[in-house]
Order: sequence, then C-alpha cells, then structure tokens
Amino acid sequence: MATESYPDDLLYHPEHDWARIDGDEAVLGITWHAQDALGELVHYEPPDVGATVSKDASYGEIESVKAVSDLISPLSGEVLEVNEKVVDAPETVNEDPYGDGWLIRIRLTNPAEREQLLDLAGYKQVLENE
Amino acid sequence: MSYLSLTDADREEMLRTIGVESIDELFRDVPAGVRFDRELDVPPALTEVELQRHLEELAAQNAVDEVCFLGAGVYDHHVPAVVDAVLQRGELLTAYTPYQPEMSQGVLQAIFEYQTAICELTGMDVSNASGYDGATVAADACYVAKHATGRSRVVVTEATNPQVRQVVKTYAPGFGLEVVEVPHDGGTTDPDRVRDAARDAAAVIFQQPNFFGCLEPAPDLAAAASEAGALPVAHVDPVSLGVLEAPGRYGCALAIGEGQPAGNAMSYGGPHYGFLAARGEYIRRLPGRIVGETVDVEGKRGFVLTLQTREQHIRREKATSNITTNQTLLALAGLVHLSLLGPQGLRELGETCMALAGYARERLAAAGLEPLFPDRPTFKEFGVRTGRNAREALAAARSHGVYAGYPLGRDYPGLDDALLVAVTEKRTVEEIDRLVEALS
Amino acid sequence: MKLIYERSQAGRRGLAVPRPDLPVPEVPEELRRREAPRLPELAEPEVLRHFTELSTRNFGIDTGFYPLGSCTMKYNPRINERLVGLPGFANLHPLVEDDAAQGALELEWRLQEILREVTGLDAVSLQPAAGSQGELTGLMLFHAYFADRGEDGQRRKVVIPDTAHGTNPASVTMAGYEVTPVRTDARGNVDLDDLRAKVDEHTAGLMLTNPSTLGLFEERIEEIRDVFHGAGALMYYDGANLNAVCGISRPGDMGFDVVHINLHKTFSQPHGGGGPGGGPIAVRETLAPYLPVPVVAREGDAFRLDYDRPRSIGKVRAFTGPFGVFVRSYAFMRAYGPALREMSEVAVLNANYLLARLKEAYDLPYDRLCMHEFVLSARSLKKQHGIAATDVAKRLMDYGFHPPTVYFPLVVPEALMIEPTESEARETLDAFVEAMLAIAGEAAEEPETLKEAPHGRPVRRLDEVRATKRPVVRHGFEPALDPHETVR
Repeated sequence: MATESYPDDLLYHPEHDWARIDGDEAVLGITWHAQDALGELVHYEPPDVGATVSKDASYGEIESVKAVSDLISPLSGEVLEVNEKVVDAPETVNEDPYGDGWLIRIRLTNPAEREQLLDLAGYKQVLENE
Repeated sequence: MSYLSLTDADREEMLRTIGVESIDELFRDVPAGVRFDRELDVPPALTEVELQRHLEELAAQNAVDEVCFLGAGVYDHHVPAVVDAVLQRGELLTAYTPYQPEMSQGVLQAIFEYQTAICELTGMDVSNASGYDGATVAADACYVAKHATGRSRVVVTEATNPQVRQVVKTYAPGFGLEVVEVPHDGGTTDPDRVRDAARDAAAVIFQQPNFFGCLEPAPDLAAAASEAGALPVAHVDPVSLGVLEAPGRYGCALAIGEGQPAGNAMSYGGPHYGFLAARGEYIRRLPGRIVGETVDVEGKRGFVLTLQTREQHIRREKATSNITTNQTLLALAGLVHLSLLGPQGLRELGETCMALAGYARERLAAAGLEPLFPDRPTFKEFGVRTGRNAREALAAARSHGVYAGYPLGRDYPGLDDALLVAVTEKRTVEEIDRLVEALS
Repeated sequence: MKLIYERSQAGRRGLAVPRPDLPVPEVPEELRRREAPRLPELAEPEVLRHFTELSTRNFGIDTGFYPLGSCTMKYNPRINERLVGLPGFANLHPLVEDDAAQGALELEWRLQEILREVTGLDAVSLQPAAGSQGELTGLMLFHAYFADRGEDGQRRKVVIPDTAHGTNPASVTMAGYEVTPVRTDARGNVDLDDLRAKVDEHTAGLMLTNPSTLGLFEERIEEIRDVFHGAGALMYYDGANLNAVCGISRPGDMGFDVVHINLHKTFSQPHGGGGPGGGPIAVRETLAPYLPVPVVAREGDAFRLDYDRPRSIGKVRAFTGPFGVFVRSYAFMRAYGPALREMSEVAVLNANYLLARLKEAYDLPYDRLCMHEFVLSARSLKKQHGIAATDVAKRLMDYGFHPPTVYFPLVVPEALMIEPTESEARETLDAFVEAMLAIAGEAAEEPETLKEAPHGRPVRRLDEVRATKRPVVRHGFEPALDPHETVR
C-alpha cells in the first residue's frame, strides 16, 4: 500500500480523480484518497478502447470487496489505451496510484476543460472538507 | 404470552432506566393522526393445545389420501427422513443470511456444497445459492441474458411450464424485454423454428423434459439458439439428471430449474427453491448470493459470501437483481437428498420413475387410452387422451381414490381431453393398475 | 472440517431407491447422460453426522441473542414446525382442484384477513416469495394503475430516501423505473424540503420504510402523504420494520397504498440461513384489480382460487406462494391474537432499554427515542483507538453474541444497527450491554484483542479479497493446489 501523497504536477477532479496532460493526450487515474477509502481493489471494469468519455461522467467502475465506485472522467476525450496491468491486478492502484496504477489514456476532445480542474492546493481544500 | 420473557417488574425498571413513565410514551414520535386507537380485530389468542387442534382441523380438510399422479412442475417424490432431521437443527433453521462468516460457517459450507452439487448436475461452472422457485429463476435468466447480449427479446418454448412462462411475461416489461413463444410440433420443439425466432433474441428458454414430459432434442435447440446469438437456457428437473445429459454438455449458457423434486415436500407449492447455474463467464452477472472458498488469517479453510458488489446492498439501482432472502434451507434439503442418493442413487431414481411411467403409459394404452404424443420418448410424465373432457375423467378417477393428473386444457386449448400423468418412485405397480382402472 | 465430497468413498450408498421389476425405457443416445455427476457417496449415518457437524459451526436464534438490525431475529416457536409438517399440509399438491384444498385455502384466506387488519388495507396477495419480490410486485402494480389512467409513460420516477435498503433502488430498476434519491434531515426524518423539490407529475411514487432503517418513526408522515397524494402519486411501504408498529400505527392509515409484509421477520418464519421468506403485499381497493393471479376468494363457507382477473399483472411466482411459510406465520399470529400489539410494545421497550444503557459508550447520531431498533456509531472509537464497527462486531462473538448489522444504513459512518426484538429476557439484554461496555473499554486498553477477534469461533477473520479476486465457488475434486497454504 502506498503512503499518502498528491503530486503537484497533476490536475484533480473533486470526485478524487487525477489527470496528467501531455499535449493533446491525458492519462487518468484515481487519487490516494480514493483508493484508501475503497480499500484493496479487486476488480476494474474499464471502457473499450475507442469509446468516448465525457467530463464529469462515468467511464468505468472499480471495486473493492464491499464497495463499488464509478470512475469519473476529469476531461472529455476518446480512449486510446486501457491499463491492462490494472485489469489483471487491480491492487496495482493501491500500490502506485499515480504511476503503474493509471487507468486509461485518452485523446482530448476539449482541451480547454483543463481550466475547470483543480490544482494541488484546490484539491487539498476538497480533502479538508470531506 | 409465553413467547415473551419480561415480567411487570422488568418492564417498570426498564422504563425507569429509559426515563419515561409508560410504554405509550415510547411512541410519542408517532403523530396522533396516524395512531391506531382500538384493539386489533383479529381472532383471540390460542394456547398451544388449541392452536394444534385448529391447524389439524384445517389440515384435515385437504384431500391428501388420493393416490397422486399429479405433477406439472411439483412432484410427489420421497423426502428422506434425514432431510427432516437436518432441517430441524435449530442452528441452521433459525439463522439469518450468513453476513458474519465466523458465526455462519455451517450454512456457508452447506451452500458451497450445494453450489458444487448443482454444478455437477448441470455441467455448469457456477451456481448461485438459490432463487425463489423454478419460475422466478427463468425471469432471472432473462435479466442475465439481456445484459450479456444487449438484446431486448426472449424466446420461450410453448412446451415450457405455463407457470414459468407466465412469470417471465410478468417480469419482462420492467426489464424492457419482449417475450416470443415458439409453438410445439407434436409434443416437442422444432429447432428450425427456434433458430428463426431467436434472431435478435437475448435468450432461448426451453424445458427438458418439457411440460408434456417429452424429451426435447435439447442439444439441437441449444445449437439453434447459439447460432442465432441467443443464450441457450435449459430448464431442467434435478432428478432427471442422473439419466439425461447435463445442459452444460450440450452448449447451454445457463441451466435453471425447480428444485422441489430433490428434497422438498409438495407443501401446496412452497416454500421450494429454484436453482440457477451458468458458465463461468457470466459469474459477475448472476443474481443473488454466491459463496466462495477462502482462508482465515491462520490459513485455515473457510467460506464467505463473495462477489457481493453484484448485489443490491452494495450496487443498489445497478445491482444484478433485487434478491436478498432466497431459499437456502430448501436448497440445503436438496443437498441432503442428493448426498444420500449419490450418483448411483440419482441414476436409479430416474430409471425407476421412467420404468413406472413407461408401465403406466403402456397399460393405459392397452386399456384404450391413447398417449397424447405417441412417438415421443418421455421421462416421468406423459400426456394421455381420456376420450372425454379431462376434468370429468379426473373427477371420475377421484371417486376411486386416485388423483389421476393435470388437465392440459387448463393451459393448452385443444387438449381438453388430455391428462398429464406423473409417476414417481413412490408409486407402485398396484397403484398404477388402480389408475388404469379408474380412468377406464 | 471436511467437505462432504471429501468424505465420499466410491461404492457407498445413503438411500436405496425402489427397483420395480419393470423394463427401463431407452433414453435416446444423444440425450443420455455420459458422465455421472460427482455427488458424494456416503452411508446414511455419515450424511447425518456431516450436516450435524455443520450445524455446530453455525449460530441461530436457538443458540443465542441475535440483534441483527433490520432482520427481526425473534424466537421461532417449535409448534409451528410440527404444524407445517402435518400430512394434510406437507403432502398437498398445489394444482389439486379447489375442493381438495379447502383447508389450505381457508388458512390462506384467514391469513389475508389478519394482514388486512394489521396493515389497514383492503386486499392481499400472498404470492411474493420475499420482501424484495413484494417490492417489485408493488411497483408492477404502480405501472398497471398508471397505465389504466394513461399516465404510465409520463410517471417514470420513484422517490427513495438515502436510508433505504438496497432492495428498494434495485427493485425500482428491475421494474423499469428510475430512482430519485431524497436526503435525511438532522433529526433522522426524510428531508421534506428536498422531497417537495423532487416530487412532480413525473413521479410514480414513493418507497418508504417506517420506522426508517435508523429505527426512527417519520414524524412528518402526514405531510409526506400530502405531497405524494397531492401529486397524484402512489406510496409503497417497505414492511421490513413492521415489528415496531403492529396494533400501534397502520401503513394504510399513514396513507400508503401498497405494503409488503416480511413474514420471516415480523411473523416469525425461521430464516433458514438465508431463506425461505414470505413477502405478501396488501393494497388499497384501487389497486386490487391488478393483484397477481390467482387470488384466494371466499364464497359462503367455500374457498376458491380466482384466476378470472382481466386486469391482473400476471404471476410473480408459481402457485399461490410459499404455503409452508403461511402455516407458520398464521400459527404465530393466532398464538398472539390481539396481543400482537404487546409484541411490538415489548420490541420497542427492549430497544429503548438497550439504547439508554449504551448511548454513553458509543456515538448516537440521532438522539431520539427509537422504535424497535437503533443505530449507534463507532466513529469515536475509530478516531481515538482505531477500532472500527467491524472490530466491535467480531469481538461480540467472543462474548457469545451474534453481532448487530454493521455499516448500514450508509448515512451513518461506522454504523452498528441493533434490534433486540421482543423475545429476549432482561438478563440477556443486560449481558449484551455489559459486553458492549466491556468492548468499549477494551478499545482503549487492548485494541489488538479487538482487531484480532474473534478468538473462539471455528475460523478467524477470513480473507475476502482472495475470495473475490480468485473466486472458488465449487469444490475442485482435487487436493489443494497451492502448497504454500495450509488448507486443513
């Protein structure tokens, strides 16, 4: 299990999801807080490659033994890649939520949406209010 | 009231501890406008002696002494005494659903053993812990198939038990499913008709042996469904599966059925249990409880409810089903019965039913009562033409102390002269001879 | 302990089947079973011992106190088991002509009459097999009722409080409706402002448990009724908590149009480790035409099954319902008579007594008198000592009690939902209080004892992650595969 951390090079969504933007692509995942609240993850239901994801809408599900959580997309786009390592071993998210535990890579269809996401300070504010 | 322990002194002291003056004060949050202000108008309380007398009087008004050739979904099989003994163990009888596995290893292991038995019978990879009955599991199967295929039609053969078909039709609108029935041809179902009907269908449900007792060309029906991209679902009789092939061996995606013939008294229709088993790929779509094996912190084997995120208490409106209470105790009865029979006993049970039913069919034919579908092989049940309205024939037979069967005209217009006759291992050659005499 | 399959020895038999001297007809080759199912092979005594041993690894209401909130684990009278086994009931086929089943039909009719009186409604269907099937049936009646009024297409939403059992939203989806969630206010009631904002001409109805899953009576139930009936919508009463209000307040008088009754809770059908249950529904006259077929009808001294119901929704289960459950519940009701009210009074007294004695040691999210159950929280224990509700639950096992319901309702963190029922003696309640207080003390002094509990059960805490990740849901008929695990 990873120790609590929130990298400052990511953008955050208040539903505890993160995005790492690189040009017109982004990699998405869930934050340390989200995986800690769920507990050890046992199942990842990813979208299909090629599917469309919309900002603030669910693109998949992740499950622990006693909880299931929708994965909320921080940005809109088209799914380029699904992290098969997490499909095979969902606990990868618990071990490394910002690295090996990424969930999907997308091509952005509305890059301006990034302006609506939170920076680290903004997300820490969300965590404090939980 | 002898079910209550509190004395008057207890009550007073407890009210003091709570800090209220009276029992009535405990209900102060109930608005005056919705309080019930008179005594319940229900019959007066009975002592145990009176209660037993009253229920014995009611039971005596049911005619259960007639020799039973009635089946049509519920059968007069023998329930072994060991089943009763196990079901009366209070630790099993009076437990709730095993939410706390450390308190419930007995029930959890029993369910795991039941799931194993159902998988062995049906040739499937996974079974749930039971459904309500043989009709509701058919609706469950439709829900699984709808989500697995994304299609919005289900096909049910007309030779499937009418109660099963009615329940499917009642559930289907809520699921957004349309139900299509495929008629039978001379007592069994034509695979070509199934193939045509199954185009764009999520599932094809057929019964083996079917409602008329006839053996369907089940492997061909399953293949026809699969070719059309629909999930083949076989509705099977557990006591037939020592002699008839397992649905998993002829390509079915799901196998369902009414468990009553294995271990349950007829009890005017319930409680019984429905079983539902599937190929492994559907495990995350199944409704209801599933028990899995695991280990405890010391490495000792134990059992838990598993894959619970499918279920209503976690997934709520997105759950695979709303079921929570199931029929565990009745399923346990089935497991006990099957454990007593073993593979040899199960085969013999099927053979005995077939032998007695074959004898009955032959003797009735010899007495001039033609089989309904003469060229179709049957299992423990068959249709016979009585030569008059079947209800009249039934009434006449009852005056001889024989309950001769089920009038098929109740569900199949045009078969008003036909009686569906079921013969279990409890019937004797002498009783069958009486049946022949009573119907002749 | 071995699985029954691991006790099996080829060639043993537990039950001989009659073998008449008759030819066995041929099964066509392509339909014939090729490989026998691997059912266990044991003689009769070993079968009985196996299941007896299983029973010793289980805990029922016969074993001890079982305060599992929302499940109403009350005493199951033994006379009922004798009665359900009477040959006139047990050997009765469900498809006999009505004249052969007069006793069964009379019993069903009498049961319906009592349910009508207890619920304050007009007509009953005994058919649903459990509470959740009652819910689904009730929602099907909603559809039929609005279809007759030309409003089914317009009314697509059903309102459900956030404290509801998961069955409610699941039933709504299965019935083809959409869920509109509504919040709980600071007193634990439905938030009426939120409710008013969400009910309109698209609302088909409400599903409500009253008392709620927090064990609290909806103080503004009359205003809730006015909101729904004012909008032309219907009200469904989840009867899971009916044990609190028999003879005290009736769902029909509260304004509900459909009610399900959990016979395995309020009316003492033993739950059998998961089922059977019974979920009859009672409805207002306006909904009676849509009830499932058949309906039990009385004509003079005779009883019959009425299938001629053209506006019926159809059938939700085979036959008339789980008849054996009806025998037991009817007998239970007859043993009480009008004292069913006393049953509810004592259930509420017991719950309030436990609440009064425990509220200092645990957090109480809504400080009101409770009905038949109440919800505590282990939130402070968790904050101060790292002890979660589940640790309290597991430790209770060491004291000889079945734990309460935990982590439900979802609106209360670290929830412990306690329902003593009317069946318990004062000494039992006191012993439970002492155990709960001792555990609160242990949380501070020896938290490890709690985290490692239970210590005296057949197994310790089980690895549920493993069970989910690599599901083993049937016996593999092979020795344990993984040499690193000591599977005994």
